[in-house]
Amino acid sequence: MTEEHDALIDAVREFAAAELAPNAERWDADHHFPVDTLRRAGLLGLGGIYVREDVGGSGLSRLDAVAMFEELAKGDTTIAAYISIHNMVAWMIDTFGDDEQRRRWVPGLAAMTDLGSYCLTEPGAGSDATAITTSARRDGDDYVINGVKQFVSGAGASAVYIVMARTGEPGARGISAIVVPDGTPGLGFGRNEEKMGWHAQPTRQVILDDVRVPVANRLGAEGDGFGIAMRGLNGGRINIGACSVGGAQWTLDRAIRYVHERETFGAPLASNQSVVFTLADMETELQAARALLQRAANKLDEGASDVVAACAMAKRYATDAAFGVANSALQLHGGYGYLREYGIERVVRDLRVHQILEGTNEIMRLIVGRNLVHGAR
Amino acid sequence: MKIIVLVKEVPDTYGERKLDLETGLADRAASEAVLDEIGERALEVALSYADANEAEVVVMSMAPERAATTIRKGLAMGAASAVQVADPGLAGADLGLTARTLAAAIRTAGFDLVVTGNLSTDGSGGVLPAMLAELLEVPNLTALSSVEIAADSVSGTRDTDDGTMRLSAKLPAVISITEALPDARFPNFKGIMAAKKKPFETLSAADVGIDPQDLTAAASIMTAIAEKPPRSAGVKITDEGDAGVKIAEFLIENRLA
Repeated sequence: MTEEHDALIDAVREFAAAELAPNAERWDADHHFPVDTLRRAGLLGLGGIYVREDVGGSGLSRLDAVAMFEELAKGDTTIAAYISIHNMVAWMIDTFGDDEQRRRWVPGLAAMTDLGSYCLTEPGAGSDATAITTSARRDGDDYVINGVKQFVSGAGASAVYIVMARTGEPGARGISAIVVPDGTPGLGFGRNEEKMGWHAQPTRQVILDDVRVPVANRLGAEGDGFGIAMRGLNGGRINIGACSVGGAQWTLDRAIRYVHERETFGAPLASNQSVVFTLADMETELQAARALLQRAANKLDEGASDVVAACAMAKRYATDAAFGVANSALQLHGGYGYLREYGIERVVRDLRVHQILEGTNEIMRLIVGRNLVHGAR
Repeated sequence: MKIIVLVKEVPDTYGERKLDLETGLADRAASEAVLDEIGERALEVALSYADANEAEVVVMSMAPERAATTIRKGLAMGAASAVQVADPGLAGADLGLTARTLAAAIRTAGFDLVVTGNLSTDGSGGVLPAMLAELLEVPNLTALSSVEIAADSVSGTRDTDDGTMRLSAKLPAVISITEALPDARFPNFKGIMAAKKKPFETLSAADVGIDPQDLTAAASIMTAIAEKPPRSAGVKITDEGDAGVKIAEFLIENRLA
C-alpha cells in the first residue's frame, strides 16, 4: 500500500470518527437519515469514489474503496452502507451513461448534493430478479413506466433513481436501465418500512404510475439493463462486505476492551482461555474476510474474468463472518451487550441484513457453485 | 501575501506518551504520530484567508525526516508548498535553537505573516512565537482567540482572566492562536492526491545558516530525567450520611473550591 492510499484512508477514518461515530446511536434511535452529513461526505470525495474525475469523481480504485467502506462502517454501519449504494448508482451512470447523461447526473451525485437510489427488486421478484414486471412502454421519444420497486434505500430522499424495467421479452434480455429523476410526475413512495436495523436510512417502495421520461434517460442499449444492474452489484457486494467487516471490527475492539474491564469470579474475563479463543476466532474470521474482499477488489480493478464469482464469494464470506463476530461480541458483553447504550446490539441488527441484500448469501453460493460446476464441464 | 504556518508532528494525545529515559527525547515509537491540532487550526486561519484573498500559504516544520508524511497533510489540506528543516544535529534542540533555526528558515523563505499555535501538545513551551518575533524583529500578537488579516496588517482578540484585549500590528508580523479558533477543514481526496505534486523543500541546518553545535549560543542542558510516577489511588470517601460535607472539606483543604 502506498503513502497516498494510507493518507486517503486516514482522511476517511477521521471523517468517520468525527462525523459518524458520535451520532450513530442517536440516528438509529431517531430513525434519522443525515442528509447534511452525506453532503460533507461528498465534500471529502466519497460520493463517487471510483467515478471518473472529469465529472467530479475521485477516480480511485476498488481496493481504495473497500478500505474506505470498512472505516466508514466503524463510525456508522448504516450510513456506510447507504454510501455504498449511492456509489453503485453514480458508477453505473458514469460507466454506462453517454457523455450527456454523465454530465447531467454524475457531478451532483459525486458531490452528494444529489443522492442516488437503485431500483431492481420488486414485491414479486427478489432473488429471481429477471422476473421483474415493472414495464417501460415506448411512446414516441418517451418511456411510460409502471410498476412497484421494493426495499429501495434512500427512496424519497434521492434525486436520481435508476429503475430496471421491462422494455421487451420476458427474462434478462428484456430489461432496460432507465434514470428517473425525482419530481417526475407519477413517481411516488410507499411508507418508510419498519426494519430490524438500518434505522438511519429510509427504505421505501418506489411506485411508478405512468411515469413518463425521455428515451434519452436510458443507460446503454435497450435490453442492456439486467447486465448493467448486475455489473453494479459486483462492486456493491464487496462494499457491503467491507461495511460488515468495519462494523464487526468495531464490536471486536469494544469486546477486547470489555473483557479487560469486566471481572467475574475475581478475575477479568480476559483471563479465561475460552474468552481468548473466542477473540482469536473473531480476529481470524475478519482477517480472512478482509483478504477475500481485497482479492475481489483487485479483480474488479483488473477486470478479471472471474470477477463475479470472486465478489460473490467475498460478499458471502464477509457478511456471514462479520455477523458472527458481532454476535460473539454481544455474547462477550453479556447482558450489557443487549443494552442499546453499548452500541453492540445496533451493529448486530444492522449487519443482519447484509446477509440478505445485494444478492442473498444463498444466491452468492449459487454463483460460486455454478461457476465451479460449469468450469469443470 | 505570503503566510507561513508552523506545523509540528507530535505524539497523539489519545495514546500513551512517553519519554525515552536514555536520551530524554519524546519516545516517538510509543504512540501514533499526528499533526498537532493547534497547528492545524493555525493552518485553517491562513487557508480561510487564502480562500477569499490572494495569498500563498506555506507550511513549515523543523522535524526529523520521517515526519514528512505528517507535514504533507498540511499540503493535502490546502497549503501551496512545504518547507521542512530536517537535520540529525537538531535532534533534541531546545527552544532557543529551534527558534533560531525556524527564524532563519522563515527569513530565507520570505514572509508577510507567520501563524503558529500558542503551544504544542508535546513540548508545551508556549514561548516559541515570541522568540521568533524577537529574532525576526517583527511585532508579535500572542494567544489570539480571533484573527482578522488585512492586506497590510493583522488584528485579533486575546482573552485574559481580566478581560478581552484587541490587538493589531502592521505586517510583517508573527501571531499565535488558541484553541478558540475553528477546527481545521478535513483534507479531501482531491487535496490528498494533489499534495504529492506540490513543492516540498527539505533543508538542512547548514542550508539556513545554522550551526546546531554553535557553543557561543546560549543553550539549556537537561540534567535529569525520571519516569512519571504512577497515579496513586486517590482518596475514597464512604458515604455515612456526611459525604457531602466531607467532599466540601476535601475541596477546601486542597484549594479546589
